[in-house]
Amino acid sequence: MYSKGLAPLAAATAVTITTAFALVFFYAPNDADQGFIQKIFYVHVPMAIVALCGFVAGGVFAIKHLRSGDSSWDMRSYVAIHLSVILGVGVLATGAIWAKASWGHWWVWDEPVLVSFLVVFLLYCVYYPLRFSIEDPGRQARYSSVFAIAAGAFVPLNFTAVRMAESFTHPRVLSQTGGDLPGDMRLTFLVSLLGMALLFVTLWKLELTAKHASMQLKKLRNRARVAA
Amino acid sequence: MIAAARTILRKDLLIELRTKESVPAMVLFSITVYVLFHFGLDRDSLDGELASGVLWVTLLLAAVIGVSRLFAAEREQGGIDGLLLSPVDRTALFVAKAVALFLFLTAVELVAVPAFGLLLLGPGLGGAFPELLAVLALGNLGVAAVGALVSALAAETRAHELIVPILLLPLLVPVLIACAQATEPLFRQQAGPEDLARWLGLLTLYDVVFVLLSVAVFDFLLED
Amino acid sequence: MPALPLDEAGKYVAGAYVVFVALILVYVAIIGTKIARIEREISAIVAAEEDE
Repeated sequence: MYSKGLAPLAAATAVTITTAFALVFFYAPNDADQGFIQKIFYVHVPMAIVALCGFVAGGVFAIKHLRSGDSSWDMRSYVAIHLSVILGVGVLATGAIWAKASWGHWWVWDEPVLVSFLVVFLLYCVYYPLRFSIEDPGRQARYSSVFAIAAGAFVPLNFTAVRMAESFTHPRVLSQTGGDLPGDMRLTFLVSLLGMALLFVTLWKLELTAKHASMQLKKLRNRARVAA
Repeated sequence: MIAAARTILRKDLLIELRTKESVPAMVLFSITVYVLFHFGLDRDSLDGELASGVLWVTLLLAAVIGVSRLFAAEREQGGIDGLLLSPVDRTALFVAKAVALFLFLTAVELVAVPAFGLLLLGPGLGGAFPELLAVLALGNLGVAAVGALVSALAAETRAHELIVPILLLPLLVPVLIACAQATEPLFRQQAGPEDLARWLGLLTLYDVVFVLLSVAVFDFLLED
Repeated sequence: MPALPLDEAGKYVAGAYVVFVALILVYVAIIGTKIARIEREISAIVAAEEDE
């Protein structure tokens, strides 16, 4: 059920990401201020955008789960959040590498997007202990969905609040995403973003397929055990 | 719904009045934290953003205690199952718990804020009023709504005392940001509000979103 | 903001991309082990079925 279209999707992802890498290193020009360091943004920013969309998608799937009671929506929500948390680790790691290269410190509070991401990341880390400390599977799914919805609504609010706070103490240092990017950088960025998004969907489908198969197997095993 | 909410609220307030568990503990906690900050920061008096930060972080940490205890009465006497079996409107339950938490926080602040003025605040509280009241009111509302939601989410997990702090505090970061930023100019030597409208606006937005969300979602909690 | 010379900057950029690729590979490895386990259990069930 979930693996439909997985192979062409994976192929499309591979092609897009390879193209993106090629564009980053052979096509996009070096940034005037930051030089070569700026290339980190082609992986850091798309990861952040896709992760945030993943968290919000997790919330949307959770709403569908609560309204329909169909647990397959809960699985979709869980995997989306799970993947976004992993991407979140990547965002924080690449963000730290960029900070070290630009400022000499492994962490800076100047960038509101990064700071707000840290808060969101800390919040979603709680998803796992919350989820797995509830034993009853129906309740576990429902409570996780409630969390996913609250956290999903929280993401834009938090982003706004942090942005408002930082703009007072530190003027925004970089305009990262596409506002005034020159054409060839913008193309590279968009292809990178597309590649990251395709990657997310591919891995999401992949994990859902594995999980679904594992659940079917468990049912089969229980039935075999009962029959024996 | 209002009647049911009022009944539950009255029960919670009576329990608190009789046992005096949560509010005094939260007050004591706040004052202790002020002392900790005095030693930790090695400062006799604070003003401006440092004062604002210390006050709000302390109040938020005290709120964590209150949130942890919000469903304690039900949990300890096995009352949660009783509550679930009776056809109580979940919205009424949410309203009751949120209002109770709001009242507890207000009660704590009646002591904790003057104590802060006494112990740590350089310029004195006079210049901060009445704007501080507006910030406290809107801030408490946000904490109450989110706190009730978090408390219910954690109510039936095995490790609820561990879950509540790490779940509640990140969610309250926008509240902290808004309250601290709004209060900072009120705690300066020449106190006067600055940009108050935008921070109160952020708080209002937060409160509206989370009150509506919690009411919508509460039906799916604490049911069997 | 200083534009680091290419050899120094290159290390950081490479580091960032390595992190990205490493995350993907770790993830794929985890899914791979999951699938391997599923395969093992299926063979076990098939074997149990054939014994009866």
